[in-house]
Amino acid sequence: MTWALDHLDDIATRAVQHAWLAGLPLVIGLVVALPLGWLAARRPGWRAGLLTTTGLLYTIPSLALFILLPPLLGTKILDPVNVVVAMSVYTVALLTRTVADGLSSVDSSTQQAAVAMGYGPFARFRSVDLPLAVPVIAAGLRVAAVSNVSIVSVASLIGVSQLGYFLTDGYARTFPTEVWVGIVACLLLALAFDVVIQLVSRVLTPWTRAVPA
Amino acid sequence: MTFAQVWAWFTDPANWQGTDGVPNRVLEHLVYTGLTLLFALVVAVPLGAWVGHTGRMRWLVTGANAARAVPTLGLLFAVSMIVGPLIQSDLAFVIPSIAVLVLLAIPPLLSGTYAGIDSVEPAARDAARGMGMTGWQVFSRVEAPCALPLFLSGLRSATLQVIATATIAASVSLGGLGRYLIDGLASQDYVQMVCGSILVALLALVADGVLALVERYAVSPGISGRASRVPRSRTTGRSGDRTTDPDPSSDSTGADRPDPDPRQAAATGSGSTGPVRATASTGNPSERDRT
Repeated sequence: MTWALDHLDDIATRAVQHAWLAGLPLVIGLVVALPLGWLAARRPGWRAGLLTTTGLLYTIPSLALFILLPPLLGTKILDPVNVVVAMSVYTVALLTRTVADGLSSVDSSTQQAAVAMGYGPFARFRSVDLPLAVPVIAAGLRVAAVSNVSIVSVASLIGVSQLGYFLTDGYARTFPTEVWVGIVACLLLALAFDVVIQLVSRVLTPWTRAVPA
Repeated sequence: MTFAQVWAWFTDPANWQGTDGVPNRVLEHLVYTGLTLLFALVVAVPLGAWVGHTGRMRWLVTGANAARAVPTLGLLFAVSMIVGPLIQSDLAFVIPSIAVLVLLAIPPLLSGTYAGIDSVEPAARDAARGMGMTGWQVFSRVEAPCALPLFLSGLRSATLQVIATATIAASVSLGGLGRYLIDGLASQDYVQMVCGSILVALLALVADGVLALVERYAVSPGISGRASRVPRSRTTGRSGDRTTDPDPSSDSTGADRPDPDPRQAAATGSGSTGPVRATASTGNPSERDRT
């Protein structure tokens, strides 16, 4: 406990780095997964292909991906960009399926009503399908967020600075307190992501809280 | 680092012999993965089946899922530091690592088994009882076959998790393919790291592919949707995508159907994706863990 208090500054700095490395990919991943999921939901023929491809990406172990990306991207191994790209890949892999499922779950009578009211394909996606799919997409984002926070800590093995540093450093120095501080900090960060996503999802879907008449 | 260097590493006979050779490292990785899954299955399957069958103690599944938020690297280091010194033999590094791997493999297996049993239509259960089946028969003949797709997707996700984490466990001195990554890092041998990463990625892809095949052929045709290819389905009734099928009358028990259900045709398309898709709506075993 004293150790944690003495190192609050260091913990805070690394927590912010960790939050960026885990959070930025969530945004990038969502932006990429939306059109992919939309395609998968719209064209059943593409669905299997798209979901299998993204599923394969998710199969690659993270440490391997962190190491394989630098030669592919032309970056240095210590470059945090590798971590952001790797996490974005995983996020896309998780979210494409969720987005497709969310969009497919929209009631077809709702969609037909929107078409009858004169919504074009894009307008319908933006104002009808997407908002209705928010709860499902948010559920997927929560999973992706928790998994990202955990995986980012692995990047400390290749020397990228974030909360995982406390894990590797504590182990190297045989200092369990530091490892526990790292674990608790990761858990708190994951919890923070979870709460934020749930709040945003609540704000975006006021109708789910409507009082039944 | 060039492609030629990677190629040279793979074609160097020295990298294919002895303890540090590719065959031995792959074998080690497979042995760790197999052992871990065996232990985890022994714990998770009876427990998940019991929770799903009786509906009691569901908090076990919720709790196991919440525990997934613990960073695997931290768990690995913490357990190695606590357990490692207690063991006096060469196994001091192996036992803690395997213990952590088992801990990580349990949640996906537990929730896969539970969600599978839990998603069985109550009508199917009632029909089985009505036919005079005992509790054990209901479980082994109705619930277990219906639960298989979700269980297998839990198994796939556990396998990937274990393969990935066993790689990281090289940093606490476990053998396996992770050695190339960790030793390469220590000696700044980037080529070796890249080659090790390629091997790990390949191993994960192959393991997942094998399990996907198992999933395809082990699941009863009536459940996976393959039955519709057969003109007359003997074993089971209905549609492929069970849990997305809102029809409560959908039965999966024996009843001989003279005519193939028309909806089966619609369900065939989702054949292989069926089980995984189903998971997304029932629980989270398909939300694959990653490390």
